[in-house]
Amino acid sequence: MASDTLTTAQRSDAEISGLDALEIAGREKETSRAARVWAATWPKLAALALTITVWQATVWTGWKEQWALAPPGQVFADLADYVFSAALWDGLATTGRRAALGFAAALVIGLALGLAVARVKVLRAALGSMITALQTMPSIAWFPLAILLFGLTEQAIFFVVVLGAAPSIANGVIYGVDYVPPLLLRAGRNLGARRLNLYRYVIAPAALPAIVAGLKQGWAFAWRSLMAGELLVVIATRTSIGAQLTYARELNEAPRLMAIMIVILVLGLVVDSLFGAADKAIRRRWGVLDPAGQ
Amino acid sequence: MTSTTTTPRSATAPVALHGVTKVYGRGANAVLAQDGVSLDVAPGEFVCLVGASGCGKSTLLNLVAGLDRPSSGRIDLPEGVNPGLMFQEPALFPWSTVEGNVEVPLKLRKLPRAERRERVAELLRTVHLAEFARKRPHELSGGMRQRVALARTLALDTPVLLMDEPFGALDAMTRDILHDELERIWTERKLTVLFVTHNVREAARLADRIILLSSRPGRIIYSTRVDVPRPRRIDSPEIAAIAADVTDRLRSEVGRHGQ
Repeated sequence: MASDTLTTAQRSDAEISGLDALEIAGREKETSRAARVWAATWPKLAALALTITVWQATVWTGWKEQWALAPPGQVFADLADYVFSAALWDGLATTGRRAALGFAAALVIGLALGLAVARVKVLRAALGSMITALQTMPSIAWFPLAILLFGLTEQAIFFVVVLGAAPSIANGVIYGVDYVPPLLLRAGRNLGARRLNLYRYVIAPAALPAIVAGLKQGWAFAWRSLMAGELLVVIATRTSIGAQLTYARELNEAPRLMAIMIVILVLGLVVDSLFGAADKAIRRRWGVLDPAGQ
Repeated sequence: MTSTTTTPRSATAPVALHGVTKVYGRGANAVLAQDGVSLDVAPGEFVCLVGASGCGKSTLLNLVAGLDRPSSGRIDLPEGVNPGLMFQEPALFPWSTVEGNVEVPLKLRKLPRAERRERVAELLRTVHLAEFARKRPHELSGGMRQRVALARTLALDTPVLLMDEPFGALDAMTRDILHDELERIWTERKLTVLFVTHNVREAARLADRIILLSSRPGRIIYSTRVDVPRPRRIDSPEIAAIAADVTDRLRSEVGRHGQ
């Protein structure tokens, strides 16, 4: 048998690539990009058109006076003015800065807290359920305390935004670290990854999808807390999206009020879709995205 | 060998287990997984451990790999050797490409980038996956993933390979091919292999020596040399005869638990 070693080897090479080709074939399916975009877009456009129709119809029934419920036409005309006004951009600057700062602080605190709780048994026993309890606390309920502590200031808003977002982020980290497949840990250790390297090469990437899910949820809480805060803690010298919303109500500017709400909605959607895109990209890379479900 | 940087160290000393015992739990709930297992695997030898369920084959490999400690007894490895371990599942990192996976042990050993690249390319050629370097594990078939896992383990440059039913989840044809591949790589790299399986034919196809473990607790109850010249075929009569002999002994061991 030894004389045909070479031919055996060649045959086996051909068999290997043949088998590989057979098993890989048919896994990739292409649909055109335009078709996919359209398939995702038209239901949303239809829903928007329906919403505006219902809104206009409600206005026409005369259920409420127009100074309370503005018709869509007026609102969109005001929105067009508002988008080109300094008020919007000044407000956005303040609100955006608060959101970014609060979320960044929540990120740092959430990551550190999550890692500490995931690693240290005593901390887990002490803080694990407290973090989940904090998450169930509506953030607006923190404001009275925040205002007592910090007055009607930036710090009061910051305090509540961080409290709103950090527990979700921490929980994402804890969940991610807890559910790293033990097999991957064993493989990583066998390949020579210990301690910090195990975190760098195995635990962190394995936990990333859960961490991003935590960030997304944390952002949602931060954004809600911030809007609640800006409505309650109006600082006269500083305009913000939330403060403008409060003024619009006080001055009975119904179209402006709705225009601001649309801005808030769109902002939330944009940031949320950024997190959604990151989440999806990671899942695709990790191979956990079910193409049938999308 | 195509390049001088790739010559792996071959083991100079045996992998030696001296009276290895492993107990899980305490008191009344204690489970004796291994009971005084003594075994020498010579440098360059291919040893298959065969046993029915509950013989603690995987436990034994974990102990040799240093992922767990024996309750008593001692395991001696050649100086400075960290054995590579392969599992039934490929255990690839899904966030990384094929080449990224193979690169991990090289990064952990702090090899310079250029050398890493060269080594990864060479290892992927060894397992016939050079064109799939940029794919992700989920894009590959089961057999291909297991080959990536093999390349990643070989990247450790260790002379000792521990394999825990690595081909157990594959179809027969893929498994046959991987047997040929593993045999070739084992010969080329002069590896010492401790291979766990419950597939007796697979053991006869691959091993220099087959060791049969009893179940609950695991003890060595039989050991036989396989003196069939290589390359072998899993369907050859000599392999079938050896497999039949080992299967008989395995059955009577399993039957002992039924009484």
